[in-house]
Amino acid sequence: MVTEVVMPKMGYDMTEGTIVRWRKDEGDEVARGEVIAEVETTKVTVEVEAYTGGVLRKILVPEGQTVPVGQVIAVIADRDEAIPGLDKEPRADKAAREVKKAAPRPQEAAEAVTTAEEEAPRIAASPVARRMAREQGIDLGQITGAGPGGRITKEDIETFLARRPAEGPKPAPTPVAAARAAAPHDIPYEDRELSRIRQTMARRMAESKRVAPHFYVTSDIDMTELLKLRKGLNELVGEGARISVTDMLVKGAAKTLQEFPEVNASFAEGKLRVYRRINIGVAVALDEGLLTPVIADCDKKSLREIAQEAKEVVERARTGRLRPEDFTPGTFTISNLGMFDVEEFVAIINPPEAAILAVGSVAPRPVVVKGEIKVAERMRVTLSADHRVVDGATAARFLQRFKVFLEQPLHLIT
Amino acid sequence: MPMITYREALHQALREEMTRDERVFIFGEDVVAYGGAYGVTSGLVKDFGEKRVMDTPIAEMGIAGAAVGAAMGGLRPVAELMTINFALLASDAIINHAAKVLHMFGGQMSVPAVFRMVGGGGAQLAATHSQSLEPLFAHVPGLKVVLPATPADAKGLLKSAIRDDDPVLFIEHALLYRVKGEVPEGEYLTPLGKSEVKRQGKDVTIVAYSKMTLVALEAADRLSQEGIEAEVVDLRTLRPLDMDPVLASVKKTNRAVTVEEAWRTYGIGAEVASRIQEEAFDYLDAPIARVAGVEVPLPYAKNLEQAAIPDANRVIEAVKQIFSRAAA
Repeated sequence: MVTEVVMPKMGYDMTEGTIVRWRKDEGDEVARGEVIAEVETTKVTVEVEAYTGGVLRKILVPEGQTVPVGQVIAVIADRDEAIPGLDKEPRADKAAREVKKAAPRPQEAAEAVTTAEEEAPRIAASPVARRMAREQGIDLGQITGAGPGGRITKEDIETFLARRPAEGPKPAPTPVAAARAAAPHDIPYEDRELSRIRQTMARRMAESKRVAPHFYVTSDIDMTELLKLRKGLNELVGEGARISVTDMLVKGAAKTLQEFPEVNASFAEGKLRVYRRINIGVAVALDEGLLTPVIADCDKKSLREIAQEAKEVVERARTGRLRPEDFTPGTFTISNLGMFDVEEFVAIINPPEAAILAVGSVAPRPVVVKGEIKVAERMRVTLSADHRVVDGATAARFLQRFKVFLEQPLHLIT
Repeated sequence: MPMITYREALHQALREEMTRDERVFIFGEDVVAYGGAYGVTSGLVKDFGEKRVMDTPIAEMGIAGAAVGAAMGGLRPVAELMTINFALLASDAIINHAAKVLHMFGGQMSVPAVFRMVGGGGAQLAATHSQSLEPLFAHVPGLKVVLPATPADAKGLLKSAIRDDDPVLFIEHALLYRVKGEVPEGEYLTPLGKSEVKRQGKDVTIVAYSKMTLVALEAADRLSQEGIEAEVVDLRTLRPLDMDPVLASVKKTNRAVTVEEAWRTYGIGAEVASRIQEEAFDYLDAPIARVAGVEVPLPYAKNLEQAAIPDANRVIEAVKQIFSRAAA
């Protein structure tokens, strides 16, 4: 049976991948599940497995070449089986040609706005808004469009202009200054290449902030019982299967999301898209940047299973051996900077999710108990939520419940 | 200024032009004793005689062909084709001859004929008697296509059409004949090929013609109560199309809606919207909306007929849509 191996989609916004290395040659026997190639995406290098057994009859994309997701990269068949259309350029080049044809440069010869706009995904803005932005030297990426589909309209530009002189210091550095400063600085500098992960991060985080109206809710959680439970559990399961605080937070979040399905959702085309699976991403910091491998169906997995999976997937992330299934789309993310002694912080939502939980360090802190100051192990978490999906009360109730699960941690093993 | 009906305005135009120029004559079905299917020519035979006001058989192709011939021969015929639906039968004479004689004869002779007819529906005359086929004719180089919306425009445009040396399709609307409006006294002409702003506004440009101009004005009044000031531009002539007031308006309002009784696909709105985006692209803040007749043969049943013809509600809906902001 002839099987086409296609460039797999490994990630929410992956559009193409590069063949780094073929681990099998034409004519080699391959077994189902055997790794046949290493593919590099914008984020990592991933191993691609054969989904059927047979002979790797034809390699269609050489090492070093980049092809779009879905394009056929190899053919597996029986040794003597005839493979139709092999000599012609099959869907491969045709697909590539169609991709090129379908991506015309729209109009705007005089689009000297910013370089950021050229690389970033296309920003929807009405013609008059574009012209006004051009004339006023405004970077469209700074503006949140309130028109249909997030389109930036004249009103948005006018609002921006009206507010501009009165604006105080911004939380993030403004690209406007960068756009305007075409003239060189006097400060000596060097430009460093950004890793593909960081480039992707830059784009996605900027878009997340631009599109989703973030708001933040913080909760201070007593970790005494949870730490006790963790110690007890780890004595039971032994060294190889240690359960971390993060694993327990994942389980806690999963249980909370079960009760708050409206937070396990996305703002999709004007509707609330509530997901039927609870897939939680755990942020992992690598030298090259931030990755969030996903643990699927956290509500259906036990603490042990979550801990096991988390350990494996984080290991794969660190060694650049992530698999396609690690890129199952997530519905919620947890980011933990506690190990860096960070008391609390605020995270940027991973689009298209509705929320992200930023976790601080667990540390002994003074608390007031029945009018007296005591010391307890406390941890601060901050939920960043997309106000198009979640309102303040929901976010607050979500954290309240989450806190209950952590402060009465036996819930995590029921 | 006197208030007279659209019908009376047309009648006055015919009378004045026949008085002024004895080459002008009228012929068509039932224009003599009956006074014209819509009563416009009533009484003219008394003052101008049977050689200048003539009945014809029911033969639209013959009427149009005779008009072309008479015009080429030096007369200034005003042929009545009763309705645009029947003008289809005269297509060959209108499109292949009237429109092309000037070119094909190297400028040696022109066809100064006026083809009067009624277009549009709403009187339960059903599918084959209610069409708005002006897009078909406006498509043809060599023809002029005029559709007055008001009595004042009806009189001034008909007089200009009769004096024009090119073939003019002068399309009236059955439901406008009884509409009264102010018409200047004395001699005046309204130029062909000139659109007019019928109502000023700053928030959205509504482009319309014929009866839809009145619909647009009604919609504009109601929108005004909600704080949206619409500018209404009456095209008046579809060919040659005067886009200047439309473009000036869109540059001011940044939004446009076209309204026509004809069907949407390949219609007048399509042409107007196309020209707006060609020449005022950088002024558009929203896509251009087109309101048009529902794409069905016009039904006979009154409720269905009303549902198929654009009214002020549909225009208001279209305006609000292009003002809509993203769902919060």
